[in-house]
Amino acid sequence: MAATNGWAGAPSGRQRAVAERTERTIRRRRLRSSVMIGLMYVAAAVAILPLLLIVIHLIRLGGSSVNLAFFTHMQRSPGESGGGMANAIVGTLILIGIASAVGLPVGIGAGLYLAEKRTTLLATTVRFLADVLNGLPSIVMGIFAWELLVKPVRHFSALAGGIALGAMMIPMVTRTTEEMVRLVPISLREAALALGYSRWRTSLSIVLRTALGGIVTGALVAMARIAGETAPLLFTALGNQFWSTSLRAPIAALPLQIFNYAISAYDEWHAQAWAGALVLVGIVFVISLAARVATRQRYGAGD
Amino acid sequence: MSRPDNATALATDGAPSATNTPASRIVVDQLDAYFAAVHAVRGVSIDLTDRSVTAIIGPSGCGKSTFLRCLNRMHETIPGARVTGQVRLDGQDIYGNGISPVAVRRQVGMVFQRPTPFPTMSIRENVAAGLVVTDRKPGRKQQEEIVERALKRAALWDEVGDRLKMSATGLSGGQQQRLCIARALATDPEVLLLDEPTASLDPISTQKVEELIYELRTDVTVVIVTHNMQQAARVSDQTAFLLGGELIEVAPTENMFTSPQDERTESYITGRFG
Repeated sequence: MAATNGWAGAPSGRQRAVAERTERTIRRRRLRSSVMIGLMYVAAAVAILPLLLIVIHLIRLGGSSVNLAFFTHMQRSPGESGGGMANAIVGTLILIGIASAVGLPVGIGAGLYLAEKRTTLLATTVRFLADVLNGLPSIVMGIFAWELLVKPVRHFSALAGGIALGAMMIPMVTRTTEEMVRLVPISLREAALALGYSRWRTSLSIVLRTALGGIVTGALVAMARIAGETAPLLFTALGNQFWSTSLRAPIAALPLQIFNYAISAYDEWHAQAWAGALVLVGIVFVISLAARVATRQRYGAGD
Repeated sequence: MSRPDNATALATDGAPSATNTPASRIVVDQLDAYFAAVHAVRGVSIDLTDRSVTAIIGPSGCGKSTFLRCLNRMHETIPGARVTGQVRLDGQDIYGNGISPVAVRRQVGMVFQRPTPFPTMSIRENVAAGLVVTDRKPGRKQQEEIVERALKRAALWDEVGDRLKMSATGLSGGQQQRLCIARALATDPEVLLLDEPTASLDPISTQKVEELIYELRTDVTVVIVTHNMQQAARVSDQTAFLLGGELIEVAPTENMFTSPQDERTESYITGRFG
């Protein structure tokens, strides 16, 4: 405001009026700022509220059933209390393992390709289809896996379940890999080429290595996402009430076990379902935490 | 910073039509470079004397960087880019049949406008980055010696010698740029290309890099692209003026800045345009 420039001597009436108006404006802005900040706090609280409620609820209902036996024992018959979900926990870990073995190499490879060949017709097509696949309802993936992997061999299997989950991971990993690789500045690529690195060596030992932290994070997030998937397993891994680690037989999985127990008529099994849910959330939490740690080390020292 | 006295003694006859004297390290013959439809470098011919510093000056967009990137075949890494003409390194055309661009780049090092340390590598690994991809990868012990020598040549050893294992991204901009120079020197290139190496540096770092360039002429052939005419005058033996992709004039630096032959050169160096 130009009028505020001449402060020398006693303030004139006009200057006082201007000062007052400025004061009012500042007060109004401060008030509006506090209101908006307050609203944001509320929004942030609401955002984490569901998770908080879920965790509290799970601990209240399932906490007492999560003990050593839960991790080391199998299910008991209805009516007997105690027992555990050892087979389902191991089954879920095996399924995550198979899914990662399928999803990570394909996803990272495809992501690298998309980042290198940004605008070719194939790259554009693959990118679009990956996005479509990402939005595909998981039940559809399950039916498709059943048609392709279960029906021909006439039996459910851990392998079919793992592959179905792996197929779900592929688009997620592809897109994060592409994003992370594209974040690597072109100048780094040029610096490596100018040093006499071949194209593929530049991609692998400079570009991919620089993007690795972000890719690892993306991979872990994808693993956490598929760890709790139920629908794709209904027609593939099926579930198993006995101990089995065979890849060619139906295998137990936490989400399936939770589902079966929750719809059963027995109170003991309901308690077990809550405990299973708590453990599943725990697994997802640990994977997410690992992702966090991996991100933090991203720009750490070279060795 | 004044130009050391013996500089003019090293200046050589750099007329555009100079013939291939034994002292020429690089002979550029009718070089044209294109970006898709854009004709960025037009029929440039120039001789780069062994162990001398050649400065390339000219207004923005005149093709300086593109010309430089043709000398180590980096230009062709850009989609749609194309080169015609010859660049003879020690008599051999680097664009000849069966010549691999990777092999050319190992002989002709390059440092860019902005420092480009590899963020995942330590200081030591950065300097050794070019060594590990050579055909005969030196042993660990030998690598350490080479790293130390390269850092000393780049006048960086005193500052980082005791923290070689630390991340290279923790260094200051000027240190990072000298690290990149050390990285380029570690493979013992015959030619070093510098693309505005001090454009993103403060005056003190700039001075260090300029002194370094001045030192390097004793065993490397240096080509430096610069926007800074004082810099060209300080560090180079020979200066070439590019305009609109054409080589307007090339002469020993002293002559170039005191008595330019072409009117356009004179306008440019006296600041009338560009």
